[in-house]
Amino acid sequence: MSQDMVSLNYRVNAEDFAKAGDASSNTKKVLKKLGIPSDITRRAAVVTYEAEMNIIIHSNGGEIIVNIDTTKIQIIAKDYGPGIPDIDKAMEKGYSTASDHVREMGFGAGMGLPNMKRCSDEFKIESEMGKGTTVTSIIHIPN
Amino acid sequence: MYLYEIRDILDAEVIAGKSRMDREVDFAFGADLMSDVLAFVNERTVLLTGLTSPQVIRTAEMMDLAAIIYVRGKRPDAASLELAEENGMTIMCTPYTLYTTSGILYNAGLKGIDELGVIK
Ligand SMILES: Nc1ncnc2c1ncn2[C@@H]1O[C@H](COP(=O)(O)OP(=O)(O)OP(=O)(O)O)[C@@H](O)[C@H]1O
Ligand SMILES: [Mg+2]
Repeated sequence: MSQDMVSLNYRVNAEDFAKAGDASSNTKKVLKKLGIPSDITRRAAVVTYEAEMNIIIHSNGGEIIVNIDTTKIQIIAKDYGPGIPDIDKAMEKGYSTASDHVREMGFGAGMGLPNMKRCSDEFKIESEMGKGTTVTSIIHIPN
Repeated sequence: MYLYEIRDILDAEVIAGKSRMDREVDFAFGADLMSDVLAFVNERTVLLTGLTSPQVIRTAEMMDLAAIIYVRGKRPDAASLELAEENGMTIMCTPYTLYTTSGILYNAGLKGIDELGVIK
């Protein structure tokens, strides 16, 4: 049912803390307006927000794409490097390379990626050093 | 516990969402790291924090939290307040420290999220 598909696309700049959360906030508003159940909307909001913050904090910049159809929400967060050297380690709860400066703003618990996985029905990270990271999350919408 | 009850026992000043004090919460969670909040809370939770950046409001927005309580006299910046109003959140400031605030609320019957069995 491709005519029922909604696609959102946001540029996310490295270290742009002033705009941090705008993409997620907007995504959440769209999901609400589409009448998606609130628990599903919350899960999608957490994934989008954690992804947005990771691009701002850890990457050289990137984008977030959200595709919504009647059965699922697909969130794709991709950036232009530097890449994640050890994905298994990055997925561990509590593992973080965030600086003290970032920690003072409330980030660096090392819970972002585990949160994203927990909120997703399908979850995938692909990363190539020097190239970039793509995180893909799918959340099913029960009918 | 109702938000107006929380306001009264914490000697708190309400600086946003004064008209929404009749909402009820079941849990409280104290944190200065936002991903911990996203990991543990649900929408029936009030957030206690000493962190004043707009990211606190964003985090609360993602989880549909009804209220945020700033401890030890901290006040959020103007950008935070604007975001809070936009999202229909109640913001209170209490002079008490995080530990004391937690103790007062716990004594009054507000539970910790531990009772939920933590991560779902
Ligand atoms: N897009 C990315 N590019 C490069 N490295 C990343 C990226 N996303 C995550 N990482 C690495 O993986 C680690 C763990 O990420 P995660 O989101 O779980 O925690 P965090 O961002 O450090 O803290 P939190 O999300 O709890 O605020 C990061 O500290 C960072 O080293
Ligand atoms: Mg993170």
